[in-house]
Amino acid sequence: MKPDPGAGLARYRWAVASRVAAAAFGGYALASATAACLAVWLPMARVDAVVTAMLLAFAVYAIGVTWVFATRNAWRAWGGMLGPAALLAALCWAGRSAGLA
Amino acid sequence: MKPAKPPQEQGEGLRQAMSWLHTWAGLVLGWVLFAMFLTGTLAFFRPEITHWMQPEAPARQAPMPAAQAAELAQRYLAGHAPDATRWFIDLPSPREPQLGLLYQVPKPAPGERGFKRVKLDPATGQEVHARQTRGGDFLYRFHFELEMGFPWGRWLASIAGMFMLVAILSGIITHKKIFKDFFTFRPAKGGQRAWMDGHNVLSVLGLPFHLMITFSGLVIFMAMLLPAGISAAYDTPRAFTNDMFPAFAQPKAGPGQAPLMPLGRFVEQAEAQWQGGHAGRMVVSNPGREGAVVSVGREASERVSYGRVAPSMQFDGVNGTLLARHDSASAAMVTTGTVIGLHLGLFAEPLLRWLYFAVSLAGTAMVGTGLALWVAKRRQKAGAAAQQAFSLRLVDALNAGSIAGLCVALAVYFWANRLLPAELAGRSAWETRAFFIAWGLTFLYAFARRARMWPDLLALAAGLALALPVLNAATTARHLGVSLPAGDWVMAGFDLTALASGVLLAWMAHKARKPRAQPAARPARARAAALQTR
Repeated sequence: MKPDPGAGLARYRWAVASRVAAAAFGGYALASATAACLAVWLPMARVDAVVTAMLLAFAVYAIGVTWVFATRNAWRAWGGMLGPAALLAALCWAGRSAGLA
Repeated sequence: MKPAKPPQEQGEGLRQAMSWLHTWAGLVLGWVLFAMFLTGTLAFFRPEITHWMQPEAPARQAPMPAAQAAELAQRYLAGHAPDATRWFIDLPSPREPQLGLLYQVPKPAPGERGFKRVKLDPATGQEVHARQTRGGDFLYRFHFELEMGFPWGRWLASIAGMFMLVAILSGIITHKKIFKDFFTFRPAKGGQRAWMDGHNVLSVLGLPFHLMITFSGLVIFMAMLLPAGISAAYDTPRAFTNDMFPAFAQPKAGPGQAPLMPLGRFVEQAEAQWQGGHAGRMVVSNPGREGAVVSVGREASERVSYGRVAPSMQFDGVNGTLLARHDSASAAMVTTGTVIGLHLGLFAEPLLRWLYFAVSLAGTAMVGTGLALWVAKRRQKAGAAAQQAFSLRLVDALNAGSIAGLCVALAVYFWANRLLPAELAGRSAWETRAFFIAWGLTFLYAFARRARMWPDLLALAAGLALALPVLNAATTARHLGVSLPAGDWVMAGFDLTALASGVLLAWMAHKARKPRAQPAARPARARAAALQTR
């Protein structure tokens, strides 16, 4: 990410800060939602599902953070983290309501 | 912000973005990561380092048969801790031939810890009286707790690990010629090219290891780091722990006293059922009471997968019946245990252990060269004007303090071990204090004498490391002249490794002393500018 000569330096800095926040907190939300959703839905013994979900969630976090800095702009970065996180959280809630865990 | 690129330029844009991410993810916690990598590398030899730091302890011998050792431990504990709610007994193993005992004090006095730890010499049945030191345990704990309070150190170390994982991923994407660059090393070019080639070789050489060690480090603390999965599936964290570690729940004690059976028979029974497997740790709950339970766990080094769930048997301590047996963990548990086991490397026999050490050292150097590259690249790009830039000076000094300075501090830790009087009160705390004081002083020196810091600090570390075997000879009777002929490879191995580290550090000091290669001419600078996005 290089400053765009057309845009101001301050704007560039805010965009970087926004992406860093999207990566750290948005990424953590996505990882947590992944872990929660898989822990409920994976067809395994409960403890196995929880552990498998956590293993996969770390990979999701790392790939998510990397993607945040690869995508076109900070808005997409936030959307790419929080959108799927909300979807997974809803799925997790649906699974719990259906008595899966 | 990065301007939107037309589709055909996406590939180059991605590489640029990843290069940026790699640079900054690597720098921000790079100093913490370097310390974690180096202390973690040493921690693969944790018991051996502790052994060197307690030269009074008896030399390594063939471990006493486990059943016999268990009864020795029982005699000691029945005499010293009859009221403890739990006894933990680490049976002798080839790497740790002493008996390690730990017991829970029922009502600790204010200010006293709830657990008491003792080491017994199996040959005599007596407590091992050696100088007080944290030994290799200090390096091991610093590696993931950074000497900060719980849970802050673990969180910081984990966040650093996450940065490392991101740096590795973005580094791979950045690196389009990953195979070709592996065979490229141009030290003669000096400056940025040499640092970058070195960084590439070290990173690619150990890439599977670096990925494994970083990911598995996070997995070890997964319950702390990602509790969402647990709270989604369980009502309480306790319920998860009980499912995860079924053999670990504390059984209820009965109302009356009841004699505990000799522990040796439990060991024999368990080892017979494991068909050649060895007992490692025993846990005796409610010893001397009704409801006593004896748990025998299999030696951790006998398999890759590591976990408190893995093979164990629980017996009734009063009548000897087998209560439960935990053998085959589920696929998910074995996978997790394997990931963690690969990180700890307890299964590694000597040759593999040295390979772990070597690749982990390459990982340490990968972080170190990456930090140096950050400075070298900027220095080359901006020429003389940048020499005075504040950020460059700051990062360079922090690099010197955290790379060369840590080497000095580690050497000082071992020096303090030999020089502090054996009977000094709070001795082990003074050893670690010496470590931190020395480390702090190296930072002061780095900021005070910027031009000389690299060669001076590296030379100091080299001198301290090279003189360690001499110091050992002057202060103990277990120096190389004795340990080598006796085949005492723990003592000799430490001294020889200190010598080898000293030679390596001296070479680095020599290299750092040379005048810095100046950017040759305009073309070189243009090329550097073209490469800056790498």
